[in-house]
Amino acid sequence: MSGMTMAEKILARASGRESVRPGEFVTAKVDLAMANDAQFPQACKALEDIGLKRVFDPGKVVVIIDHWVPANTPMVAEMHRGIRAKVKELGLRHFYDAGVGIEHKVIPEKGHALPGELIVGSDSHSTTYGALGAASTGIGLTELAYVMYTGKLWFQVPPSIRFNLAGKLGHGVAPKDLMLALLGKYTTQAGQYKSVEFAGPVADAMSMEGRLTLANISSEMGAKFALFAADATTLEYLRTRTDKPVQAFGPDPDAQYEAVHTIDCSKIEPQVAAPHKPDNVKNVSEFASVRVDQAFIGSCTNAHAEDLERAAAIMKGRKVAAGTRFLVIPASHEVMVEAMKNGSLAVLVEAGAMVGTPGCGPCAGGSTGVLGPGETGIASTNRNFKGRGGSAESFLYLASPETVAASAIEGRIADPRKYMPAAAK
Amino acid sequence: MNICGNVWKFGDDINTDYMAPGFVKNQPWELQKKAILHIHPGFTAGFKTGDVIVAGENFGCGSSREAAPANLKKLEVGCVVAESFGRIFLRNSIAIAFPVLICKGITQAFDEGDRLELDFAQSLVKNLTRGTEIRGTPLPPELVRIVAAGGMMQLLKREASQDGTGAGNV
Repeated sequence: MSGMTMAEKILARASGRESVRPGEFVTAKVDLAMANDAQFPQACKALEDIGLKRVFDPGKVVVIIDHWVPANTPMVAEMHRGIRAKVKELGLRHFYDAGVGIEHKVIPEKGHALPGELIVGSDSHSTTYGALGAASTGIGLTELAYVMYTGKLWFQVPPSIRFNLAGKLGHGVAPKDLMLALLGKYTTQAGQYKSVEFAGPVADAMSMEGRLTLANISSEMGAKFALFAADATTLEYLRTRTDKPVQAFGPDPDAQYEAVHTIDCSKIEPQVAAPHKPDNVKNVSEFASVRVDQAFIGSCTNAHAEDLERAAAIMKGRKVAAGTRFLVIPASHEVMVEAMKNGSLAVLVEAGAMVGTPGCGPCAGGSTGVLGPGETGIASTNRNFKGRGGSAESFLYLASPETVAASAIEGRIADPRKYMPAAAK
Repeated sequence: MNICGNVWKFGDDINTDYMAPGFVKNQPWELQKKAILHIHPGFTAGFKTGDVIVAGENFGCGSSREAAPANLKKLEVGCVVAESFGRIFLRNSIAIAFPVLICKGITQAFDEGDRLELDFAQSLVKNLTRGTEIRGTPLPPELVRIVAAGGMMQLLKREASQDGTGAGNV
């Protein structure tokens, strides 16, 4: 009998089986359920409506307020008040109020996602925790209610595909560019109902922040899970973040994949996804004439400390173009503090950036920084669906934080490489 | 369960932002209604209660917002039959007992305005206008059980009262 992929190993363990195969249905126990302000209140109401007022394990339901922070209307403020009261009532041990950061940054930062775990979250980008070797995926509010109460959920074991990331990313080419290139080549349906594994020298050499970015946008590929093997980088990242025992974790050497794609990463150039789909991708040079009203570095995809540092290296001593707004929203309080301490935030602010409260910002369309009718934006976010970042008559381009920074300088979409210090020899 | 309605057609990759747009969140239902699937102006203007949707690949991709299938249900869309679905949309639809069916070849089998009849239990889709039929991928029994119960919360209500873990009189 052949070995198992990471998804299969995790679903087998969580459902108490020796092994599982793609296509099988299992009922699995989750190690963690993440709930945010977008769906937690309704999930609580759904439980109350049928007379249920407790959760399966108050230590395993984590609640985060991040979609509308700080509260932008009295209605949102009231909703947040309700969440705080509910967290107390249910005795939930892990609650992160407005300002701590975006769920997909906070869960890894606070050591809630560990290799080999099965995690669900009330947000499509919950695939992010796969960066740490956790099989993690998004669900809606009714399933969140069910899992909050029972601690279990049905899963169909997905087939796995593997991206073997060969070569080396070029100077000025970011993990985001790699992911956009994959979307451009394999489309938004490449990972539909599948577990995606990233492997190969580029994956091995990638920082935890880069891995978080890849696992995050895998959601745009339709992926159910997006996994990196947990290695020395993972263990080092978690060393100061959890007291729980953590071990390396990966697929069996003889695991079966539906497809293995090998990508020569050395050939990838900075990429841009044009409106209104994340797989509408071309090289940055194709968009040199596109003027931008707003450049935004933020979201669960690309607002890591490393991202702000690289953007700052480009902006240093330069200014945002007249007529263009530059918005920066660090992914978390921890990121913001680090960016303050290492000076990158000062560089960005001096260049003319508006800095927002750690949270989802305009990416989810409901908070500050949205685009108006006819406006064009470039953002380091994950989705450029029509109307997602504001008006249904706006146009949103997706790119790396580096490309967003270069575009802010020029007021039009720009290749970041010309603003970068030469690569170390 | 048989569902019958006139078809509105949609292409590939219709995302959940189009079904529950952020720019009308918290607005009155009458306003929200007009924004549902706003990328198809004909649908917005001409939808009638009970009409059904035929779509291409990846219907409901993107955000996990359950408001997407919930809005279609509230609008009284009869069902969605698509080549494939975004996985969270599919899960959410099952969880709230909104009828959806994966059916390869469905986009070729229908023109907009055709009359569709879905026999949900048999996964059988009939084009009453053309007099043709096509079979979809049956939902596995585990999921039929959820839809038949009226959704996951109804199922949970039953489970919680049976195993005595509920909060009392449920």
